[in-house]
Amino acid sequence: MIALGLEGSANKIGIGLISHPSPDKPPIVLSNLRHTYNSPPGEGFLPKDTAIHHRTWVVRLIKQAVRQAGVKIEDIDCICYTKGPGMGAPLQSVALAARTLSLLWNKPLVGVNHCVGHIEMGRAITHASNPVVLYVSGGNTQVIAYSAQRYRIFGETLDIAIGNCIDRFARTLMIPNDPFPGYNVEQLAKKGKNLVDMPYAVKGMDVSFSGVLAAADLLAAQIDESLPLEKRLKTEDGEIVTKADLCFSLQETIYAMLVEITERAMAHVGSTQVLVVGGVGSNERLQQMMGLMARDRRGSVFATDERFCIDNGIMIAHAGLLEFKTGVTTKLEDSTCTQRFRTDEVFVGWRD
Amino acid sequence: MASIPTPGPEYTTHILPAPFTSSPLTLLAQGAEALVYRTTFLTPNTPCILKYRPPKPYRHPILDKRLTRARLLAEARVLVKCRRDGVKVPAVLGLDADQGWLVLEWVEGGNVRSTLDRWVKEGGQFEKLGESSKDGENKDVWEFMRAIGTSVGKVHDIGVCHGDLTTSNLMVKTTEGHGQAQPQKPSAPAQPYLTGDIILIDFGLATQTVQDEDRAVDLYVLERAFAATHPGAESLFQEVLRAYGESYRGGRAVLKKLEDVRLRGRKRSMLG
Repeated sequence: MIALGLEGSANKIGIGLISHPSPDKPPIVLSNLRHTYNSPPGEGFLPKDTAIHHRTWVVRLIKQAVRQAGVKIEDIDCICYTKGPGMGAPLQSVALAARTLSLLWNKPLVGVNHCVGHIEMGRAITHASNPVVLYVSGGNTQVIAYSAQRYRIFGETLDIAIGNCIDRFARTLMIPNDPFPGYNVEQLAKKGKNLVDMPYAVKGMDVSFSGVLAAADLLAAQIDESLPLEKRLKTEDGEIVTKADLCFSLQETIYAMLVEITERAMAHVGSTQVLVVGGVGSNERLQQMMGLMARDRRGSVFATDERFCIDNGIMIAHAGLLEFKTGVTTKLEDSTCTQRFRTDEVFVGWRD
Repeated sequence: MASIPTPGPEYTTHILPAPFTSSPLTLLAQGAEALVYRTTFLTPNTPCILKYRPPKPYRHPILDKRLTRARLLAEARVLVKCRRDGVKVPAVLGLDADQGWLVLEWVEGGNVRSTLDRWVKEGGQFEKLGESSKDGENKDVWEFMRAIGTSVGKVHDIGVCHGDLTTSNLMVKTTEGHGQAQPQKPSAPAQPYLTGDIILIDFGLATQTVQDEDRAVDLYVLERAFAATHPGAESLFQEVLRAYGESYRGGRAVLKKLEDVRLRGRKRSMLG
């Protein structure tokens, strides 16, 4: 069975084709294309502009993806698209493309929960059977474990997502958005060595990032190079705090928070596997910290690379096809999209 | 003198000074944050609890030290405050915030969870506990629930929220052993294990607060934990809340707030 997946919940449009040869064989990625909308440094991506970007690229990418996969239109069994959660305007533009294709080619539609897409793709790539999932991206921060036909949320952010925190901090420091702000913050953080105190907000299995961001922004104002030397922020040893130090401190603080809530969830459900998915999951420092935690619990960490971590069409195609095989399709009149769509709302019929 | 072994691949060489331990450490539990051991204090016959927060290798050492220190001190301060204000909690015997260890008084007995399980095993049925049974043969279990409510109320009254109220974090101090030594009086309870003092343990997530909201959340957590571990015991839990409401001024206001918290739940629909 072959599915076409369309993803566009944020600033990336992803088109992918996946094949599920038979139940006992691993899925085959036929094509996986993506195009990212980047805003200039100091700015975030606006829904309106992002939707224009997606509309401009969607036809080109679909054509290219189908050609690259080498399949005929007749071979495609269903069209999967992101129903939510995400930004309204970009979601709508991609859902429209999916509906058009469905009518044009006479194929059934499957609306997919973006978070479930990440989880299922991560499981398929890493072969982690029943892990605690840390889903971290620009719009989501959740600790999830599977139980009784649902992906249940054990902990999550109480305010903004971790990726949003990093992106906005990057904007304050005018760090470029290309290829993505988190990557540039990570590269800068590798050069940092002084840890600056920042708020650390873990509440049970939940986290909060808005306070950390506010504190980091205040600190950023104190390292401005135009300030006289005596007014610049210094460490206890009198060293001048650099941009790199702040990136380093932010990463160390917020990733420690994530690892802590993940560890709590693991202790709670008695699991030793962790799967990290979502765009922030491609951060090497986070993966390393998670590995150290898992090692002490005699467990292991599973992570994917940027092809599958960052939003892509393949994960939508994969999760959609899993659902399609249980007999679920989305009728044309129900093929809406929604900005709010919680992970635990999806009935997971394809797992025991 | 003994070093604290951690079950992880790396063994720490931290030394716990005399008189805090003079016999081997027995691991009782491994939480996400701390390792809990049984050891002895002063004499080999005086058991005590050692709660050790090992350094987390994934955390930056400075951040790790800051967090361990702050959390351990917060826990110890809450325990000392409870003790001073007459709430039954284990006494703090000693600590080293920088090394991450805390030694507490040993509490003999089981937790509420196992006590209720035992009651069910000995023929107790939650479903058959009507209002009329409160003065009948099941008097003890109702009294037991009231004791829980009163204990939680007492903690809240002095301005402390536990933060992680579960039936495992409520201990029942054993009095059974003494009862058996004497001849049974006719009025002796049918289930002596239900009559011990309720001792709250594990204040690792406790905060000092007087906000009704925080208190209500505390109760909500207990309610959820109760429902998860003792299905069918909803009517019994109502008795916990009733006793809580009567246990201190302001208890009723918290129960009112609890209704809001229940409606809200912990999970609201949020932006993707």
